[in-house]
Amino acid sequence: MEPIYIIIEMIVKNIVVVMVLMGLVAYTTLLERKLLGYMQVRLGPNRVGYFGILQPIADGIKSFFKEDIIPNEADKTLYVIAPGICLFTALSMFAVIPFGSTITLFGREIKMVVADIDAGLLYVLALATLGEYGVVLGGWASGNKYGVLGSLRAAAQMISYEVALGLAVIGVIILAGSLRLTDIIAAQQVGSWFILKYPFGFVFYLIAGLAEINRTPFDMPESESELACGFNIEYSSMKFATFMIAEYAHMFVVAAVATTLFLGGWSGPFLPGPIWFLIKVFAIIFFFIWERGTFPRLRYDHIMHFGWKVLLPLTLLNVVVTALLVALGVL
Amino acid sequence: MIEYVAIFVMMFIAAIIAVIIIGASHLLGQRTKGKAKLAPYECGMTTSGPTRRMMTIRYYIVAMLFLVFDIEIIFLYPWAVITKRLGLFGFIEMLVFVIILFIGYIYIWKKGALEWE
Repeated sequence: MEPIYIIIEMIVKNIVVVMVLMGLVAYTTLLERKLLGYMQVRLGPNRVGYFGILQPIADGIKSFFKEDIIPNEADKTLYVIAPGICLFTALSMFAVIPFGSTITLFGREIKMVVADIDAGLLYVLALATLGEYGVVLGGWASGNKYGVLGSLRAAAQMISYEVALGLAVIGVIILAGSLRLTDIIAAQQVGSWFILKYPFGFVFYLIAGLAEINRTPFDMPESESELACGFNIEYSSMKFATFMIAEYAHMFVVAAVATTLFLGGWSGPFLPGPIWFLIKVFAIIFFFIWERGTFPRLRYDHIMHFGWKVLLPLTLLNVVVTALLVALGVL
Repeated sequence: MIEYVAIFVMMFIAAIIAVIIIGASHLLGQRTKGKAKLAPYECGMTTSGPTRRMMTIRYYIVAMLFLVFDIEIIFLYPWAVITKRLGLFGFIEMLVFVIILFIGYIYIWKKGALEWE
């Protein structure tokens, strides 16, 4: 194998993955609006194309031609780069997530993962933490009281639930004995899915994941009824849309990591790997949308109490019990 | 090593996309000037006082607690990878560490650092 082919393969694979990811994210917004519409006994977007199928494209084009306002009070540099940070981290996180085994194209075997690194899970967690900077700096830099309040809340909430998120995935590492995501999937192919061996971990991961991506019932940073949109209040045109794309991309990645860690990743009978991967990811995304249509927003002190006083000890206990069972050879 | 290069390529593409999106909307959008338009949005009220005022001490305390517990978790990761090989011995070793931290956790709870009043 000549190195030039490896480089070409790498670049092409990267571009294909990012483009497919952007497309899926765009259509996740349509899916959310449609499903929320049906849950609230209305139709949702249905004017742009059949079944509203062109709605995300129309939204994008419209956002591009809207006025790009930079408020006087804003810290200009941070204000401009904050949505970029959000999008950058959300897209780069997907690099380590495997979405299939291998395919053979032009006589070359190609792994269906962008980068199969041995610290894959740490990479995901590290970039998820970096993504908080976008939200926090965005609210802080816009020079708006609501924005500052939203960013403060976002910072405190995200770091609180990150503790629980980090603890919830430890059980998976104990069971798989590796941080490499392909190894974690392989361990589940040999035995059973980790959702069966470590069920509470899955529940805790989903709760903490919801708080990480600021979705209802944890959407305090952008609570419309009290902060008038919170951290993205001053943003307009495509900068605002970038925050939205990043949020949905982050949601997609959280669902993809949940699939990989607990639901066996891309493995499944009959259908090819990527199809199974998408089915599982969209099942979790459906759950995220469903609970958005169901639950009201929590109060902020309740969120912080729940995170520190309930979720943290429970996840810690869960890890200790799992480790004991593994050490005794039960699991 | 090639895998890490792939990650940097991915980051590069992600950064390019972010720059293109934000730059294009900056160039394409129409522009009108207005004093009221560039003022901070506060639901129609004229803004009063500085924007970045003092904030409650709670946020700092949460940040400090986060550091303590996140470092605890980082210590747990290398142990978690080899728990199977260490067996019961490794479990008890880590249990001692977790119990010491748990005593600290009870202490901060009793001190009221976790309250939001």
